[in-house]
This record gives sequence, structure tokens and C-alpha cells, in this order.
Amino acid sequence: MTKQEEDRVKQILRESLPPVDPEAEPSRDLWPAVLRRIDAEPDAAAPGTARQNWFDWALLAGLVVFAASFPATIPVFLYYL
Amino acid sequence: MPERSEIVLDRFRQGDLDAFESLFREHQRSVYGWILRIVRDPAAAEDLMVESFWRIHRAHARFESARAFEPWARRIATRAALDWLRARRPESSLTDQDVADLPSRSVPDPGIAAEVRQKTAQAFARLPPGLRIAAVLSVVEEQSHKDVAAALGISVGAVKLRVFRAIRLLRKDLLQQGITP
Repeated sequence: MTKQEEDRVKQILRESLPPVDPEAEPSRDLWPAVLRRIDAEPDAAAPGTARQNWFDWALLAGLVVFAASFPATIPVFLYYL
Repeated sequence: MPERSEIVLDRFRQGDLDAFESLFREHQRSVYGWILRIVRDPAAAEDLMVESFWRIHRAHARFESARAFEPWARRIATRAALDWLRARRPESSLTDQDVADLPSRSVPDPGIAAEVRQKTAQAFARLPPGLRIAAVLSVVEEQSHKDVAAALGISVGAVKLRVFRAIRLLRKDLLQQGITP
């Protein structure tokens, strides 16, 4: 793709998606909605935390099951820790 | 003696709701405008404002008072907008009515047919969201690469690469539809 072709595609894109008015504002006061959202989920975990905890526990459970099934592998694991 | 803004930021970091409201009032217009530029749907932008400021409140303890609030808020809002774009089916994006309803000061160029504009908007909506955000902010909204990079949490070089890939994919899609840009 030449520079000319690139510039032409950019021009068409600008015409197809007109820039947003920089003075655009929300149609209503959104603060009450933010407060309601905070009240609804006050102590929610940070993004990814719950999934990460779940994964950590699953990994630990898998290791325990593996170690119980094959106790001879425990020294090998400890050696590589 | 710390300035008022520093005190507000410090209180926000400690979880003070009044300080949070003060920051919301101060930055809501800018953050809303940023989200609207990405999603191009006023109703969705309002929902994402609520989602973004909820995420901002949830992350208050991780905020570093020495840093500026707005770039941090923009980054969280960009992440929320990206999640929204990923969850939305591409074919449902950007109808003609959406484009007509968008608050804009631009007048369409009569040299570019309405059909070409429509097909370009549809082709653009089919691009991966990560490329779309970089291209719409850099090319359409003419935001600096530095600001876009900060909002996306990537380097300026990565932004330029994403824009180039977006334009190349868009051109390929248009060529497949019989439109030679």
C-alpha cells in the first residue's frame, strides 16, 4: 500500500465516520447512576481477582490430587522448587 | 502546603466519596467525550461512563496521587469501551441512524458517494476492536499518538502499527467489495 493509497483510505474513513463534536455532553446527570452502581456492588473484587483466585485454588487442588495419586513424585517436585 | 487538587486526589485515594464526586464533576465531560469518540453511540457512552466511574471508584486505592487523574480515568474508560466493543457483534455496529444521531460538526464531502461512506463504516466495524480504537482516535478524531498510547496502555510505535494495520485491512475489505479507494 503506497502512501497515497493510505491517505485516500484515511480520507474516506474520516468522511464515513464524522468526528464527534468536542462539546458533546451526556444528556443527563450521571452521578446518581454512578452512586447506584457503587451501592449495588460495594465490595466487588477488582477485575480478574475472582477468576485468578478460582484458578489458583483449582491449580492447588490439582497438585494435591496428583501428589496423593503419585506420592513418589513429591520428592521430585520438592527438588525442583 | 498541598494544593486543593492534591488534597482532593489524596482523599479520593483514601475512598472519600465527596472527593470522588468532585473529580467526577470535574472530568465527566472529558471522559464522556473520550468514550463517545470510541463507541460513537451517545446512549452506550452514557452507560459506559457509569461503568467507567464505577471501575474508577473500585480502583481508588491503586491510584497514585502524584499522577494526573484524567489520563488514568481515560485509560480505565478506554478499557471499558474496548470490552463493550468486543461484546458487541460487528454487524450491529454503526447503522446509518447511529452516524446521523452522533453529535458532529462535520459536513459530508459530496465527492464521496453515500454508498461508499456506508460500506466503509460497515467495513470499519468489522475490524478487530483494538485496531478500531487506535484508528478512530488517531485518524478520525485526530488525537495525538501519545494520548492514544497512554489510553490504550501501549507504546506510540504500537499505536502507529495498529493504525497502519487497520487502514490496510480496511482497504482490503473495500477492494473485496469492489470499491477502489
